[in-house]
Amino acid sequence: MNVSFTLNGAPASMEVDPADRLLDTLRYRLGLTGTKEGCGEGECGACTVYLDGLPVNSCLVPIYQVRGCRVETVESLDPAALQPLLASGATQCGACTPGVAMTACWIREHRELLATHSIRELLAGNLCRCTGYDGIVDGIRASLEARA
Amino acid sequence: MTTMSPGCSRAVYSPPVDRLEGLAKLTGRERYVDDLPLDDFLWGATVRSPAPRGRITDVQFGPGVDWTQFTIVDHRDLPGPNVIALIENDQPVLAVDSVRHVHEPVLLLAHPDRQALRRAVAAVTITVAPEPAALDFRLPPAPEVIQYGSDNILKHLSISKGDVERALAAAPIVVEGTYETGAQEHVYLEPQGMIAQPDGDVLVLRGSMQCPYYVLKALRTALARDERQLRVVQTPTGGGFGGKEEYPSTIALHAALLALKSGTPVKMVYDRSEDMAATTKRHPALVRHRTGVGTDGRLLAQDIEVIMDGGAYVTLSPVVLSRGIIHAAGPYACDHVRIDGRAMFTNAVPFGAFRGFGAPQTHFANERHMDRIAARLGLDPAELRRRNLLRDGQSTATGQVIRDGTDRVALLDHALSLADYDSKRAAHAIHNAASVTTRRGIGIATFHHGAGFTGSGEVALASRLHVAGLPDGRVEVRSANIEMGQGTLTVFTALAAERLGLEHSDVVIAEADTSRVPNSGPTVASRTAMVVGHLVELACDALRARVGLDAGAAGDAVRAAVRRWHERHPGEDLVGEAVYQRPPGISWDDTTYRGDAYATFGWGAYVAEVEVDLRTWQTHVTDFVALQEVGHVLNDCLARGQIQGGVAQAIGWALLEECRWQDGAMANAQLTNYLIPTSDDLPPIRVAFVENPYPLGAQGAKGLGELPMDGPAAAILNAVSAATGADPCAIPLTPERLMEALS
Repeated sequence: MNVSFTLNGAPASMEVDPADRLLDTLRYRLGLTGTKEGCGEGECGACTVYLDGLPVNSCLVPIYQVRGCRVETVESLDPAALQPLLASGATQCGACTPGVAMTACWIREHRELLATHSIRELLAGNLCRCTGYDGIVDGIRASLEARA
Repeated sequence: MTTMSPGCSRAVYSPPVDRLEGLAKLTGRERYVDDLPLDDFLWGATVRSPAPRGRITDVQFGPGVDWTQFTIVDHRDLPGPNVIALIENDQPVLAVDSVRHVHEPVLLLAHPDRQALRRAVAAVTITVAPEPAALDFRLPPAPEVIQYGSDNILKHLSISKGDVERALAAAPIVVEGTYETGAQEHVYLEPQGMIAQPDGDVLVLRGSMQCPYYVLKALRTALARDERQLRVVQTPTGGGFGGKEEYPSTIALHAALLALKSGTPVKMVYDRSEDMAATTKRHPALVRHRTGVGTDGRLLAQDIEVIMDGGAYVTLSPVVLSRGIIHAAGPYACDHVRIDGRAMFTNAVPFGAFRGFGAPQTHFANERHMDRIAARLGLDPAELRRRNLLRDGQSTATGQVIRDGTDRVALLDHALSLADYDSKRAAHAIHNAASVTTRRGIGIATFHHGAGFTGSGEVALASRLHVAGLPDGRVEVRSANIEMGQGTLTVFTALAAERLGLEHSDVVIAEADTSRVPNSGPTVASRTAMVVGHLVELACDALRARVGLDAGAAGDAVRAAVRRWHERHPGEDLVGEAVYQRPPGISWDDTTYRGDAYATFGWGAYVAEVEVDLRTWQTHVTDFVALQEVGHVLNDCLARGQIQGGVAQAIGWALLEECRWQDGAMANAQLTNYLIPTSDDLPPIRVAFVENPYPLGAQGAKGLGELPMDGPAAAILNAVSAATGADPCAIPLTPERLMEALS
């Protein structure tokens, strides 16, 4: 089948097997390898992308579901916005990092959530095995302050 | 000696330097093995044993698959001996006619379409006539399960100091305890992956790994191939923690065999469940203590037995056991010590290297046991440790005299003060008397970790490293030590720049490619910054001497001299070389296990605070203070990140991470039911350093990457004990286990 969607602000259209995962389509068909596979079952968050503005695990999204949707990947993020995460030690091995960066930027854009949730709660869908999360939490806090 | 408070964000004389490749990682531009562009390649996959032990009686290629489309490899395709070269060459690359563990590799398949390949793997049926399997390392093996030597003992090691039996007999108090630790899965976020690509006469392997020269040795052996026809290149590695120390040799050999047979590039990338089920894990351990104590709390005799589950092949078990027993008596002075260690063969998926390398298991036992001794004596656990911590001039279990100027008692007291130990204990007593639903407690652990290879290991490695001068005046560090998140690229860059007075942008770190970099040893054992980093400094000095400069020459003088040399020697390679030399005054006897087990130790004093919910039996770590002396801190942000990450991994091991076993294989090989800590499971981890530069480490650094794995589990269980009065002796301390312990 053919699917058309908006990818990082530009139109995309392609022939796909409807059961293909969005993750594989991004990585192996479109060459957008920033999105990583950590577990393939929606537990680790390394494959986080925005689907119509909401963070989702792209390993759990069949490609037919993105028809007519907006998809944004880590490649769409502004590198300057990631500087506080770099300075705070938010990345070590980097395998979870693109997903973490997507969640971090999403929290920054939806700071109203912090009235009801802590950063640690909002980040709990992204597993990191290297940092113990302190560097990430500190970086998100710093980027919130930088924009305040 | 200088100290940093946890609020202070930078070390005393290191300017903050951001991680070199950090922005590439944050923006997703860093390319890992599965991200590399690759055309016209096959995906490779492994067909594995369904049984823990038995003879392979039949292999069926099922209907519905056009097998002519597949490259199929079995043991007969090996050009050389069917062994994965490591300590003992007992592990086959592919099983021949029998299997020794579930998931043992039997066949390899390759195909251009990954889905077709998955269906094909499922269509192969391997029939195994079962034989009795050894599945519990704690029990003496029955005759019908003996498969290694006469007793299934993969390695037996012992340490002896003084006269333990006499000292125990004379001791006024003897305290006994048995402690158990479970297996732990690494869960590096990037699974194992490798690409094998024929390039003319050369076979190139690219992949996720800690030790390119280990992979090279394994390929050279089993492929019976000249080293010049092999090239191993490390790709950016998404976490290792020891899991990519020895295992990458296996997947590299598998990819290589498929590539050689098909004449096509082959990529193998495990999915998470295969990675968790089929690769190595931390050795489960059982440790028994019998300790003679004076009424004043002084340790009079330590009698310790350590048993580890090695699994179905030797892999690295002898050296894991070695490090385990060397650390088993803890950082305490005691004149009479006996430590007996055995690594047992079982029909389990082989256990292997994991951050801490045997020491976390024995430190857990010893530090829990210290609290049990304190309870027996009615002493504050901190006071018991104060009375026994090694003073300069006293010796460890192997007779290594410690004289490094670090005040280990002051380190403990500093940690207690950072954690507000005394006032928290008072507050907990009030809370626990009043609360119906929760109990709070605080616990400590004091411990040490030997940096670098054990005993004469560093001498045997004889690591070599090059710093090359480039025609444009920059320098290139050529080492086989890799970046896996711990900061090698950033640290090596800073060390070379600072040694030669150059800008960081004047330093290039060469890709870890065995055709270009010398063997500076494996990226393991907390050795990279301390040992190999010092080689970077010495190779910088050698380069300076080669271009005719004095020892003090720096900056523009170096750049100009390097450029001039190239003008006079066009096309030639300008290299300064450093080779590891045995530190003066260090001696180790590998037969008696006496002497200086490590060139130096890092020292830790950790304090954990917990809250136990009496309705759910869940334990939450509510505060954690990690104070350590690791020599000079080279980069505060990186060092802090290593400690925080290590503590987090150890909290997971202590409370959450349980491998459930079925026929020696992991039954919960997925992140849905093997739980690692999320951000919401952990408190902020408060890190502080005491700096006491180690003269032979790079800029005074000691190794630090493994230390934070050693202390947390005991500190947390000690806190649970303080909170509840239970005496838990096994980890992971899941709610179910705690409920049993309390009812």
